[in-house]
Order: sequence, then C-alpha cells, then structure tokens
Amino acid sequence: MSELMDSGLMDYDEALERFDPVLGLEVHVELGTVTKMFCGCPTGFGAAPNTQVCPVCLALPGAMPTVNRQAVEYAIKIGLALNCEIAELCRFSRKNYYYPDMPKNYQISQYDEPIAFGGYLDVDVDGETVRIEIERAHMEEDTGKSTHIGGATGRIHGAEYSLLDYNRAGVPLVEIVTKPVTGTGKAAPAVARAYVAALRDLLAALDVSDVRMDQGSLRCDANLSLMEKGAPEFGTRTETKNVNSLRSVERAVRYEITRQAARLAAGQTIKQETRHFDESTGTTAAGRSKETAEDYRYFPEPDLVPVTPEREWVERVRATLPELPWLRRARQQAEWGFTDLEMRDLVAADGVSLVEQTVAAGASPGEARSWWGSYLGQQANNRGVTLAELPISPTQVAAVVSLVNDGKLTAKLARQVVDGVLAGEGEPDQVIAARGLAVVSDDAPLQQAIDDALAAQPDVAEKIRSGKVQAIGAILGAVMKATRGQADAGRVRELVLKTLGVDS
Amino acid sequence: MSADLTRRSAAELASAIASREVSAVEVTRAHLDRIGAVDPDVHAFLHVSDELALAQAAEVDRAFDAGEQSASPLAGVPLALKDIVVQKGVPTTAGSKILEGWLPPYDATITRKLLDAGIVILGKTNMDEFAMGSSTENSAYGPTRNPWDLSKIPGGSGGGSSAALAAFEAPLAIGTDTGGSIRQPASVTGTVGAKPTYGGVSRYGVIALASSLDQPGPCARTVLDTAMLHEVIAGHDPMDATSIPQPVPNVVAAVRRGQADGVAGMKIGVVKQLGGQGYQPGVLSSFRSAVEQLQAAGAEIVEVDCPHFEYGLAAYYLILPSECSSNLARFDAMRYGLRIGDDGTASAEQVMSLTRGAGFGAEVKRRIILGTYALSAGYYDAYYGSAQKVRTLIRQDFEKAYQQADVLISPASPTTAFGIGEKVDDPMAMYLNDLATIPGSLAGIPAMSVPSGIAADTGLPVGLQIMGPALGEERMYRVAAAFEAGYLAEHGTTVPQQIPALEGTAR
Repeated sequence: MSELMDSGLMDYDEALERFDPVLGLEVHVELGTVTKMFCGCPTGFGAAPNTQVCPVCLALPGAMPTVNRQAVEYAIKIGLALNCEIAELCRFSRKNYYYPDMPKNYQISQYDEPIAFGGYLDVDVDGETVRIEIERAHMEEDTGKSTHIGGATGRIHGAEYSLLDYNRAGVPLVEIVTKPVTGTGKAAPAVARAYVAALRDLLAALDVSDVRMDQGSLRCDANLSLMEKGAPEFGTRTETKNVNSLRSVERAVRYEITRQAARLAAGQTIKQETRHFDESTGTTAAGRSKETAEDYRYFPEPDLVPVTPEREWVERVRATLPELPWLRRARQQAEWGFTDLEMRDLVAADGVSLVEQTVAAGASPGEARSWWGSYLGQQANNRGVTLAELPISPTQVAAVVSLVNDGKLTAKLARQVVDGVLAGEGEPDQVIAARGLAVVSDDAPLQQAIDDALAAQPDVAEKIRSGKVQAIGAILGAVMKATRGQADAGRVRELVLKTLGVDS
Repeated sequence: MSADLTRRSAAELASAIASREVSAVEVTRAHLDRIGAVDPDVHAFLHVSDELALAQAAEVDRAFDAGEQSASPLAGVPLALKDIVVQKGVPTTAGSKILEGWLPPYDATITRKLLDAGIVILGKTNMDEFAMGSSTENSAYGPTRNPWDLSKIPGGSGGGSSAALAAFEAPLAIGTDTGGSIRQPASVTGTVGAKPTYGGVSRYGVIALASSLDQPGPCARTVLDTAMLHEVIAGHDPMDATSIPQPVPNVVAAVRRGQADGVAGMKIGVVKQLGGQGYQPGVLSSFRSAVEQLQAAGAEIVEVDCPHFEYGLAAYYLILPSECSSNLARFDAMRYGLRIGDDGTASAEQVMSLTRGAGFGAEVKRRIILGTYALSAGYYDAYYGSAQKVRTLIRQDFEKAYQQADVLISPASPTTAFGIGEKVDDPMAMYLNDLATIPGSLAGIPAMSVPSGIAADTGLPVGLQIMGPALGEERMYRVAAAFEAGYLAEHGTTVPQQIPALEGTAR
C-alpha cells in the first residue's frame, strides 16, 4: 500500500543528472559438486522432494557437519580466477535466524574470515573495460525450498500452507561480493548486467557450476544507492532480490535508480530494506518490513575446525585454471578475423560457443557467424528464446553450410532446410529428402526445362542469341519456376548460353 | 545367582560370559530384573529396551557358542546409555518434552561402537533436560534418586547413568560431560566417570549442548571397567570434524600399571584454587586423606597455582548458553518432535514459538535467553569474546601446571549429594556444583572422578578429580587405578561396595 503514497519514478536521464548511482552486487553460485557442503547427500536438481536428505542436512538431533573438500577446492578456484588472495586460515561461522526451510535455524557460512578476498574482475561494457573490485568470496550452504500454497503472491504471508523440500538444504554455495561500484553513471544498469554475465562465463569456464540463473544455481542480489552529485557519503541502499536473469539485473537496477531518485527529489528518505523484483512488471516492491534490525548473532561454528588450505594445494589449483573467457574471446576474435563490432554482437547474443562449435564441425568462421548472427538470431527472437535454446545444433548448422558449399543447396533452400530442422523434422538430410529440397543438379531435367522455356519464348531466345545476354532473366525465371526453385541459377545460366551457342 | 551377577564388575562379567560360566542372556536378564525391582524408586531409566537387549545378548551367546571370535573384551556386558545419545528406533528425548516420542532413524557413532562390541544396551537413562543441570531435577520426566539415600540427588546432568551404576542396575554406563556432567554425578554416587580429552570420543549422534565443550565418556563402578569401556568408544571418527585423529589411548594397560606399580615417582599437583571456601568440610577432609594416601604411596605432591580458574565459572556460563542457544534452535516443530498449535490457522512462526514455549523447561529457556543476549550485536566482544579469552588463559594455567606435575587433583565436587528440591530455586547455587570440573572442560583436558571415601559429616561418597594434560589419559588412569587399589588395601573395601542395599519397594 505504501507504494501508492510513493513519489513515483523520475525520468532516467534526469535522475542521472542529479545523482550518482552506487552499485553493490552479491552473487550466489551453487557449486556443481557431487555431494553437499557438509554431508554426503547428492546435489542433483529436480529429484522428488526430500529424497536427497540425511540426518546431517535435516538437522536431526546429534548430527554434525563435515566439510566437503571438493567444495573448498572450487571456492579456491573461484577466488584465484577473481584475482583474490586465498586465506591461509579461515573459519566457518553460524548465521542464526529462524526460517522453516533452514533445518538447523542457522546457516553455516563464513563471516569475518572468508576463504578468498581482495580481488577484481575486468568487465567489458560496450567496448570499455570496467574493473569491478571484489571484496570477498566465501563458502556457505544453501537452504531448502519453500513452496507457499494458497496465497495471492506466492510468498509466505497470506499462504494457506507451505511445502518444504530439503533436497537443496546444504548444497554448497559460494557468495561473491563486490566492493561498492562507483562512477558508472548512466551505465550502471549495463555495468551490473555485464558483471553478472562475465562472472557467469567465468564460472562456466571454471567448470565449478552449471550457472543456470533460471534454476537458481546463479542468483544475484543487486544493492543500489544514490548519492547527490558531489556528496561526500554514500546514500542508503536497498537490496533487490529475485533477479533471475541478466535482463532482470539491468532492469532492476534501472528501476531502483528512477524510484530512489524520485523519493530523494521529493525530500523523502530511502529505507534500508530488501526489495523483490517482479519480472512481469519490471518493478521492485518492498519485502516485509521488520520491526527490528536483523541480528544474526554470528559466532565461530564450534562443530568444525578452521580450514587451512596448504599453499601447495592452492598452487595446484592455480595450475588447473582454464583460459579465462575474455582472453579466450580475444584469441578467438583474432583467429576468426571478426571485427570488434562483430565479436561484440556475437557475445551479446551469447553465440560465441555456438560459433566455436560450428567451426569445429567444419564451417568457416564467417559462415558460422552469419548463420548464428542473422538468420538463427531472427528465429530465436521470434520464438523468444536464446540461441542455445533453438532446437538446432552447431553440427547441423555446419552440415547445412557444407551442403551449400558443395552446390547441393542454394542459400534460399538452405534456409528452408534450417526451418525444417527447427520444426523438428530431423537432420538436414532428412528434411531435404522429405521436403524434396535438393538442388536439381542433374542436367537432364534442367535441359528439358530450358528447352521448354526457350521454345515458349522464342523472341527472348533470339535476343540472347544476338548478344543481349541480359534478357536471360526471363528464361531463368521460367526454369526456376518449372523446377520449383531447386535449380542452381548459375548452372541454369551456363546451360542456357550453351544451348543457344553463346559464349559465357 | 541373579543378585550376585549384578554385584560383579564388567570385567568379571565379561570373563564369565566368555568362559561360558554364565550366558549373556542370563546376565542381561539379571540386570533387567534388578531394574524392574529398584527403578520404581531410583528412576534411573527413561526407557528400558528389554527385547532389544535380550536379542543382543542372545546374539553374543550364539557367537560364543559357535566359537566365533569375541566382538570385544566386554562382549555380553550390559550398559546404560544416557538419553542424549541417539539409538536407532529407541526413544531418545535428552530429558526434554520437546523430543517426546521421537524415534531416531540413525545410530550415534558411540552407539554403533557399543553394538559392534557386543555390549548390551539395556535402555536410556534420565538426565537434566539437554544436559543442563547438576542434579537431574531438570528432567522433564521427573528426578532420579541417589541409591545412597533416596532423598538425595544423584548429580547431573548424568544422574540416571550414575544412579544406574550405584543401584547395580548396570555395570557400565555412558555419560556426557560439558562442565562436569560425568564427573560430578560419579562423585556424588561413589562411582567412576571419565571425561576424555575433547575430541577423544566422537560426538556424532550425541545431542549437542555446547559443541566446544561436550564430550561423551565412560562410567562404571571400577577404574578398570571404565578404562575398558573407554577403549571401546574412543577413536577418530570422520563424521565428527572435531574428533582427534589419534589412536585410542592404552588406558587398560595404564590401569594394570597403576595397580601393579602404583604412583611411586609421579608428581601430583594440588590446585590451590580448587578447595577451601565453598567446599564442604567432609569433602575437604576426604580430599586431604586422598592426598596423604598418594603421598604415602610414593608420589611427590606439589601445589600448583592456576590464577585464572576463578573466572572459569563466569566464562563457562557465557560460552555454554551462547552455543546452546544456537544448537537448540533446530527444535522448531517442523521436522520432528513436539508440535503445538498447528490448528490450520497458526503460522509456522507461531507454531515454532508455541512449541518451544511448551516443550522447553525453565532452565533451558533461561540459558537460551542468556546465550541469545550474549551473542547479540554489540555484546559479542564483551561477553562471548571475553569468555574465549578467559578460556585461553585457563588453558595456559593448565599448561604451566603440567610443567610442574604429571597430573592435577582436586575434589570433583564441592559438596556431597544434596537433598532433592534443596537448590532448585537457586540457579547460582546449582551452578557452583561444577566449580571444580569447569576449568578442565574449558581447557579440553581429560579428567575423571574416582571415589575418595565417605564424608564424615554426611556419610555420603566424595569424589577425587584426577586431571591429565591433553591426550594424557594414560597417566590419569594410572593414578586413578593406583588410588583405587590403595583405598582397598587401606580400608579392605571399595566405596561402591559400601552402597546401601536397595531391596526395592515396588515389587
């Protein structure tokens, strides 16, 4: 209801004339370990509720946690890739608060002694490199999942009852926290998006998580505050949760800028609070207001001993770091001979690895980019999906390219073949066979069609014979019509000229 | 025959079973009969597992009869398990209403070790709720009575285990010691109880009170029996991250050495701070005669100064409530145990609150509130932080003391058993019972109580506390065994042999 009495939104450009935005991003990534952070339960997504649980992750009386070494190694890997220092000794702490989907009613996390700290990530924002300073990366465990039934909002308040699934409880998480990001001005939403995208690519390259924002294995909380231009101190920030896609990151930040600017301009204050992003409206709404400030009563987890990664281990992990995505991209761009603009478009469309796989399957980089960048890009847009979600594989695209190069398909036919694959009609060969799309490369039927066309238009034939070769279009058109477009126009042209005894 | 069996030590019973003089089933049945006869008066047990125990005993007999190798030196001997240790399928409440009716779906590591050793688990023993107390009066299921005098407390929190031993309902018991819950009950019932080095025995499956202090340990009527049980339950457990990756100490050998060689040449330190004001005269005189006995046996007695011990109680009552306020948060009615107010209209939060309000007793609530306060933002450094510093200072006091002495001794408890109801309304008076045991808990060192005699002023047993350095169980047991043997030599009897016979009234 308070939203109704709110000051509304300020025009974005106007907001940025008066205020400087300060960003802070907290990204939670679910690690792709086989087992949970503190017990041996499997971590797979999508199992029947409460089938991946044990005394430890259900917090049965007497059960105790033990640390998953693989999770620690992944955390070290992430820390190293973010140019962080790796602590020689770090501790787990308990973060105490009550919530039904958290079995112990405390979360084992890291508080003042994270495993990794003091790093940075360089992010490309429209051709400019922005350095995002990393405050820390720490290990913790995920909570279970609540499903609230019967309420209008799907939130706990107003629900008739709630269902609890503890399969996710205890799945290892690493939380990566930036330092406050200042000076980005109008680009703040784009910077936020680019950072999360870069982090996602990095984590995928490290092979430590499947980084699926839609499944919650990568989650972002966006903190934002505004400061009056030239003000000495940061303003009060809000923390927006439920930001489940790259696009939402950008929209949520943009919305908060316009909302906070309007309040501040109207002489109102910003309440330090958690807000929820609504994907359908693109707005944020205040979470339940708490009468008292959260006091998590952190203290060192007495059921665990400190984690002390030996330097030798850290160096061993460092040696396994893969080529970082941005370095890899620079190398690929050089290898493929793409312009900066071409590469940037490809990155923006999430098509780099698709092009890479298409090239690996035999297509030239230019052809691969042309397919993914234009025709398939349009198809993805029309369907409202990402390139990767299109039901066509890089191998299939490469096969189509090869058929074109072999003269078995024209560009136009190739698009029809691709349409067939996208429609689920099978492999390119099967689509060609079923739709009868192959280029008519056998000269005999072509010759028949040419002879028919010349016979039907003797005046045109005469013009060509007398050297007005440009008149050939009418004959070509007739032949193409007769072959339902499946003839190779170049070959038809050659045959027409040969038939009429004209040198080509 | 039956009564005779319950008077024997675990070591004697084990060899009688192994030699097939008696069957494990006969031994178990004798103890179940004894429980049936005297437990209506003593109330040491919250649950008796008759059928399970007899089935276990029958399996031990079958294995012996088949000529299989003995599962352990204690195969077939019955044991009383403190109700804070989970046993699969057997009701486990930790003395609290909030867990009434809960059946654990898994075994604690020590439960598993006991079962694997062929030790017969008779049932679960009474205790102060979640091990908070020194008298077992805080049990939600009513107090346990001291077999020496049924109007007295049997100590706490493990009063059920100590009373079961003193009532000859079991020759072996498991206790857990956070600030003295093994040693003080042993002291006031004239039995033996040892708290191993922190991490020496797995805590996996032991319901947590204060994780950095809790330590399960063996209890019995003789030092040898205690050592034999110690060797069964000790050892590294990968399920407990705080468990020490060290081999099981050879405490049985240490006991034999103490019985054979005594304490000649050993340096025994008397802690200056653990005695004097606040200690009952009968306790102090029993302690003095114990010191004289050790000195006469050839030990060199030195006085050691541990100046920070006086802050131990205060530090303990910050660390323990802090940790327990968090450990007990899981009892929220969502997954197991009591659930109050779930009428279809109450929110989850309301159900949690109603359940915790109804399910926890006054002492548990008191400590949760204390701990929640001590950990709050702004108070953490002053309370929890300072207490941890005191803990370090106490550890350093011990380290210095062990440069002067091989083991340290003190009375295990400032008084002999007091009357039921005498201190229930005075938490501070109750807390003072653990004055002598708390420093060892904070430092994580091994410590045990052996009977030092009968107090002249009350006619009730007194315990001698023997403390070793970390991982120094062997020398601790050696001194305990030597002292026990010396007492027998001097008095012609042991303290447990002087426990009044309980005939049972509810037969």
